[in-house]
Amino acid sequence: MEFNLKIWRQKNAKAKGHFETYHISGIEEDASFLEMLDILNEQLIREGDDPVAVERGCKSSGPVSFDHDCREGICGACSLFIDGRAHGPDDHVTTCQLFMRHFEDGATITVEPWRSAAFPVIKDLVVDRGAFDKILQAGGFVSVRTGAAQDANNILITHDAAEESMDAASCVGCGACVATCKNGSAMLFVAARVSSLALLPQGRPEAKRRAKAMVAKMDELGFGNCTNTRACEMECPKGISVSHIARLNREFLKAKFSD
Amino acid sequence: MADKLISKIPEGPLSEKWTKRKSEIHLVSPNNKRKLEIIVVGTGLGGASAAASLGELGYNVKIFCISDSPRRAHSIAAQGGINAAKNYQNDNDSIYRLFYDTIKGGDYRAREANVYRLAEVSAAIIDQCVAQGVPFAREYGGYLANRSFGGVQVSRTFYARGQTGQQLLLGAYASLNKEIAAGTVKSYPRHEMLDLVVINGEAKGIIARNLVTGEIERFGAHAVVIATGGYGNAYFLSTNAMNSNGSAAIQCYKKGAFFANPCFAQIHPTCIPVHGEQQCKLTLMSESLRNDGRIWVPKKLEDVKKLRSHEIKPSQIPEEDRDYYLERRYPAFGNLVPRDVASRAAKERCDAGFGVNETGKAVFLDFSEAINRLGCQKVAERYGNLFDMYEKITASSPWKEPMMIYPAIHYTMGGIWVDYDLQTTIPGLYAIGEANFSDHGGNRLGASALMQGLADGYFILPVTIGDYLSKKFAEPRTDVTAKEFVVAEKEVQERIDRLFAIKGTKPVDSIHKELGHIMWEYVGMARDKEGLKKAIKLIQDLKDDFYKNVRVTGSQYEFNQELEKALRLEDFFEIGELMARDALERNESCGGHFRIESQTEEGEAKRDDKNYMYVSAWEYKGEGKEPQMHKEPLKYEFIEVKTRNYKD
Repeated sequence: MEFNLKIWRQKNAKAKGHFETYHISGIEEDASFLEMLDILNEQLIREGDDPVAVERGCKSSGPVSFDHDCREGICGACSLFIDGRAHGPDDHVTTCQLFMRHFEDGATITVEPWRSAAFPVIKDLVVDRGAFDKILQAGGFVSVRTGAAQDANNILITHDAAEESMDAASCVGCGACVATCKNGSAMLFVAARVSSLALLPQGRPEAKRRAKAMVAKMDELGFGNCTNTRACEMECPKGISVSHIARLNREFLKAKFSD
Repeated sequence: MADKLISKIPEGPLSEKWTKRKSEIHLVSPNNKRKLEIIVVGTGLGGASAAASLGELGYNVKIFCISDSPRRAHSIAAQGGINAAKNYQNDNDSIYRLFYDTIKGGDYRAREANVYRLAEVSAAIIDQCVAQGVPFAREYGGYLANRSFGGVQVSRTFYARGQTGQQLLLGAYASLNKEIAAGTVKSYPRHEMLDLVVINGEAKGIIARNLVTGEIERFGAHAVVIATGGYGNAYFLSTNAMNSNGSAAIQCYKKGAFFANPCFAQIHPTCIPVHGEQQCKLTLMSESLRNDGRIWVPKKLEDVKKLRSHEIKPSQIPEEDRDYYLERRYPAFGNLVPRDVASRAAKERCDAGFGVNETGKAVFLDFSEAINRLGCQKVAERYGNLFDMYEKITASSPWKEPMMIYPAIHYTMGGIWVDYDLQTTIPGLYAIGEANFSDHGGNRLGASALMQGLADGYFILPVTIGDYLSKKFAEPRTDVTAKEFVVAEKEVQERIDRLFAIKGTKPVDSIHKELGHIMWEYVGMARDKEGLKKAIKLIQDLKDDFYKNVRVTGSQYEFNQELEKALRLEDFFEIGELMARDALERNESCGGHFRIESQTEEGEAKRDDKNYMYVSAWEYKGEGKEPQMHKEPLKYEFIEVKTRNYKD
C-alpha cells in the first residue's frame, strides 16, 4: 500500500508548527500505524536532511517524534490525532492498535498531536500530559500505608460493583478524551478514577475530599468544562462510559452540599 | 573478587529465615529517616511500590522514569494475574506449595531462601492491593475469584480481567502519587539514567539526561535502587515495550555490580506470530488462555498444506486429525505445562513441518471446546478483552476460528546479582523486580513477575535497605560537585559526542534489528557451542559496524528519540554478548536455556546438577576485555532436587 502523509512538525514548545507532506510506499496492510511511521522515519534518516530547506525553515530536520511504548494498547503513551479523530478511524483502539488495512490504498492521511491548552507540544507529535499526573496527585488514591491492610476477603465487594469499578479503572490515561472534547475537558479522565474508587468500600472514606480536590485541580490546570457532548465516550479507546461522569457529578455535589 | 558473592542468607529453618533477618536489621529512627535520600530508578511495580513505601516511612525519595508518566512502565502490560498463597479455594495450597512450585518451575536454579520469602509475603500483597482499591475479579458472593495458571495444580492466581498488571500498577502509582502529594517523593518523568556514580566503593547517585531539554543532570543520594526491568529487547522483537531496555543494569555492571545468569531469558509460548519484516513488536496473549484453550497442530502434513494455501479453515479439520501435542506428551499438566516446555514443544512441531501459517511458525490455540462447555458469556468474562485484542491485530475472530500463536522473548530471569537483602555487589546499590536475578531461576512461572515486583517493592526492600542506611544517617547529603560526579558526567558527554560524530548512513533501528536476528538465531530457543561462539563474533562485528556507520540525527539539546535509542543499543550489544558467553559456559539444558548438546533421547531438556548447580555472576573487566565469571553455589537444604516432570 502507499500513502501521502500530512504530518504536523514542530521543533519545540516555543517554535511555530506546520504540516509537511511525505510519500510512503510498500506498506503491508497488516502493518500497524506506528510501524508505518517507523518505516517513514527510517526513510527520513536514510535520506538525510536537505540543509538549505532546513535552514530556511521550509523543511524539518530528522525523523518525526511521537510517543509510543507498549504497542499493545495498554500503556496509553501513543497519542495521535489522525484524519480528525483521536487514535484514528477505527473505534475503541489506541493508535498503536490501528492497522493500515483500515485505510484506502493511496489515501492522504493527516496526523496531528493532541491539541489542548493543558497539553503543550514538546516536539512534533509529542505533548506534555503531566497535568494528568497532577490531577491524580490531588486525590486519585486511597490513603493506605503499606502493611496496614486487613485480609483481602474481609472486604466483600459484589461481582457487579467490582466489574463496574473495573470498567472505569480501564482508563489508560492517553488523553484522547481531552483531545476530542471541543472544550478540552478532562471530565472523563477524572470521572474514571473517581467513579472506580467510589464504587468500592475502600474508596468511600475519602470520596468527598477526592471528588472536590480532583475537580478543583482539573479546573486549575486549564482543562475546559463538560457540556455533555459525549464525544469523549465515542473516542475513548477503552470505551469508558459517560455514566461515570454522572457519578462524578453526584459525588461532587454530595461533597459540596455536605460542606 | 568471589568473596563479594556473599548471599547473606540467614541461618535456621526455611520458614524462620525472613523473621530472623528482620529482627536483626537495624532500624532508622523517624528523625534520621528525614535526613536520608534514596534514588529509585524505574516506576514499574517494583519501583513505584518501593518509592511509595519508602516515602511513607519518611525517607526523601527521588524517582525517575523515561516515560512521560510513571504509569506507563511496562508492568502495565502484564495480563494474566498475580499468584498468592491464600488458599482461598481450599485446594490445599500453602506457602510451601507456592515456594515449591516456583523453585521447581525455575528448574532448581533459584535460591531457596529468597523464593520461600517471596511465597511468604505473597498473601500480604493481595491484602495491600485490595486496600488500595484494585478491582480484582469477584465471585457473586463478593469474595475474591481465582484462576489457575501454567506450571501448577492449584488455583492461586488473582486477576482483574486480562489487565492485572495495569490494575496493580495503577494501585502502586496511586500510592506513589499520594507520597508525591505529601512531598516525600519527588518525581522526575522523562529522565533517563545514563550512569551510576560510585564514591569510595559505594553507590551515591546517578547521572541522568532530561529527555525534553537534553541537559545532563547529576543527582545524589545515600542509596540507589534499580527497578528498570529486564533486557529482553536485546532480541529487538519481543513482547517488551519499545522503550524497555537494559541500560541501567549495564551501567551498574560496568561500575562493578555483578550480573547474574544473563542467559536465562524466557520465551513465552502464546504470542501472536510474526507477520512480516516491517514488524517491530510482538504481542503477548495471556498465558491464562491456556486454562481453557487447547493447543494443537494437524496430524497430517497435507492438512497443513491446505491451511497454508487457505483451502480449508482450521475448524474444518476433524477432531481425530488434530494433534493436541501438549496433552499427548504431558498428560498430567496438558496445556498447562510451564512456559519453557510449551515453547519448545511448539518449536518442535513447527520444525517438523506442522506450522500452520504461511511462515510455518505458528500453532493453534483453540477455544471451541471451552465455548461449548462454558458458554459465550463465561468465556467473554474471562478472556473477552484478549479476544478483542487478537481480532484487532489479526482481523480474525477467536470466537470462530482458533487463534494462531508462536513463542517470543518475554522476560529475563537473569539480572543484577543481589544478596538476600537485595543489595548488589556495590554497597548502597539495590536491585529489585525483573532487574535482579534472584527468584525465578532458569524459568519464571506465570503470574509470578507481578508477585516478585510487589514483594520486593512493598515488603522486602523498604525493610532491608534500613540496615545499610542505619549506618549512613550521620553522613551529609551527597555532594554532586564531587569529582566522581564530574568524571561520570564527562564520560556520559563523551559517549553522546561520539555517537553524533559518527555521521554514518544506517538508522539505529536497522542495526538493532540485525542484533535481534543474531540473538534469536543463535541465543534463542535452542543453543549450541558453535552457534554461541559465532554469536559473540557476530555481535562484536555488528558493534564495529555501529560505531562506523550509524546515523544519529538531530542534536543533544532537544527531545531526541534517535539519541535515546542509540545509547540503549550500545548497552544491548554488551548484554547480547554477555548472554551468549553465559549460555556458552552453561553446557546444560535448564529452564529457558536449552543446549542442543544436553538433551534426553526423547528431546527433553537434560539438566546437569553435578556441574551447573550454581548462579553465574559476571564481573566487568573493562572495554574490550573478557568478563570474568564467578560462581555462587546453590544449596538445597529443604527440598529434594528432582528432574522436572510434567508427564505424570
